[in-house]
Amino acid sequence: MSDRYDRAITVFSPDGHLFQVEYAQEAVKKGSTAVGVRGDNLVVLGVEKKAVAKLQEERTVRKIALLDEHVALAFAGLTADARILINRARIECQSHKLTVEDPVTVEYITRHIAQLKQKYTQSNGRRPFGLSSLIIGFDFDGTPHLYQTDPSGTYHEWKANTIGRSAKTVREFLEKHYTDEVAVSDTETIKLALKALLEVVQSGAKNMEVAVMRRGKPLQMLESEEIEKYITEIEKEREEEAEKKKQKK
Amino acid sequence: MALASVCGFDFKAGKSKLSLGFGEGFGGPSAVDALAASQSFTVPQGIDISQNLARFTDEKSDVKIHFDHGTTTLAFKFKDGVIVAVDSRATAGPYIASQTVKKVIEINPYLLGTMAGGAADCSFWERVLAQQCRVYELRNKTRISVAAASKLLANIVYDYKGMGLSMGTMIVGWDKRGPGLYYVDSDGERLDGSVFSVGSGSVYAYGVLDSGYKWDLAVDEAYDLGKRAIYHATHRDAYSGGVVNLYHMRETGWIKVSQTDVQELHFKYKAEKK
Repeated sequence: MSDRYDRAITVFSPDGHLFQVEYAQEAVKKGSTAVGVRGDNLVVLGVEKKAVAKLQEERTVRKIALLDEHVALAFAGLTADARILINRARIECQSHKLTVEDPVTVEYITRHIAQLKQKYTQSNGRRPFGLSSLIIGFDFDGTPHLYQTDPSGTYHEWKANTIGRSAKTVREFLEKHYTDEVAVSDTETIKLALKALLEVVQSGAKNMEVAVMRRGKPLQMLESEEIEKYITEIEKEREEEAEKKKQKK
Repeated sequence: MALASVCGFDFKAGKSKLSLGFGEGFGGPSAVDALAASQSFTVPQGIDISQNLARFTDEKSDVKIHFDHGTTTLAFKFKDGVIVAVDSRATAGPYIASQTVKKVIEINPYLLGTMAGGAADCSFWERVLAQQCRVYELRNKTRISVAAASKLLANIVYDYKGMGLSMGTMIVGWDKRGPGLYYVDSDGERLDGSVFSVGSGSVYAYGVLDSGYKWDLAVDEAYDLGKRAIYHATHRDAYSGGVVNLYHMRETGWIKVSQTDVQELHFKYKAEKK
């Protein structure tokens, strides 16, 4: 019975592609958007909350997961796959604490998740994980980090990044608007993440889930009132910008 | 097999403990590679080692394998780091096998391990520890902490608990938390502390060490205390002797301070009394 699973699903194509991995990346592109922005003193994760059906309880859809007190993860892609990865990552965070007597560094846990993803691109009878993730957190020396992983098992560190639907558009927005002045200010960092999300999400706090990790503090999920406050500020700033442009003319 | 039948092993009876691998402890893929193969012992199949150990260690047994345990080793933390002092005698019963044994194992430039108990057990597993520490360093781009290194060793030997490993070691180092000193033994014990002495002569060493110990010792006072404690242990314990090897663990790594024959110390201290 087991020899049915002896054949690899992810094999090379004649021109060097791993199609299963690329198809997994397509699955990611269909997932809801997630944005991460790293400031000097905090890291922000924002995800697009897809509208829930009328009878569905809203709180069962959680796209930002806590891996340990100081590390959080948001993903884009297959939710069920993400659940598996998150569980394994959570166990690894504690296992690391047990054997090394230190909390994981963000890089370590990202590497662990990435290695797990890579293993599934080179195993018999298994398909790759269909998700990309954004991992934020602070190392115990106080430095903030934002990492991104993808289905192929690679990972990179970013100052700001986005995954999921319309990732390209949002990333261009981030590239245009991310500056060191933004990173220094906590509120500007949060506002940048929100602005980036607003590019793809219909305006409104009920379509977004935002989490903020500050040095030495637990993960804080922003209440919808707080998000609305920021959005109002952003809209006001945009109006003022538009006014100034009009006046220049 | 001739040896097996002399030792009285019955391969048909009982279940064996499976050979032990070294799993995904440090973020690496599960080990089916050379790294793991070199560390995991192939434990003989078909016998329960913990039960059969008595055949060797029991005095009335026909098979006489005598394990060397005699030694004095000590280490203590103070304001300028950690002092490690050891003797250098190896005995097999009443026979002095060697007076020039190196009982401090240099794991890497900022980690030391001491040897007490079975010499082979200590040196082998501490070399495995050195390999693991190096792999950690390469994977994580940072030195391993003393806590993690000692825990690695403790977890390794715990897998062999009851099978006759004899090791009482102190892992000494300096990491981002400052000077580190851990006692690890083959029972799986792992303790954090400021002052430890291990071996048959430890009782004598503790007496001198405890009466002279202060956190604020000057460096040369600390060196003297370490040497003195070992000397007194070698004076009274028949299984300790030879030379005192003295090491100092500092923030920049360890240095070997001195190697002094205990006879020399004997006359030096005698002269001091006058």
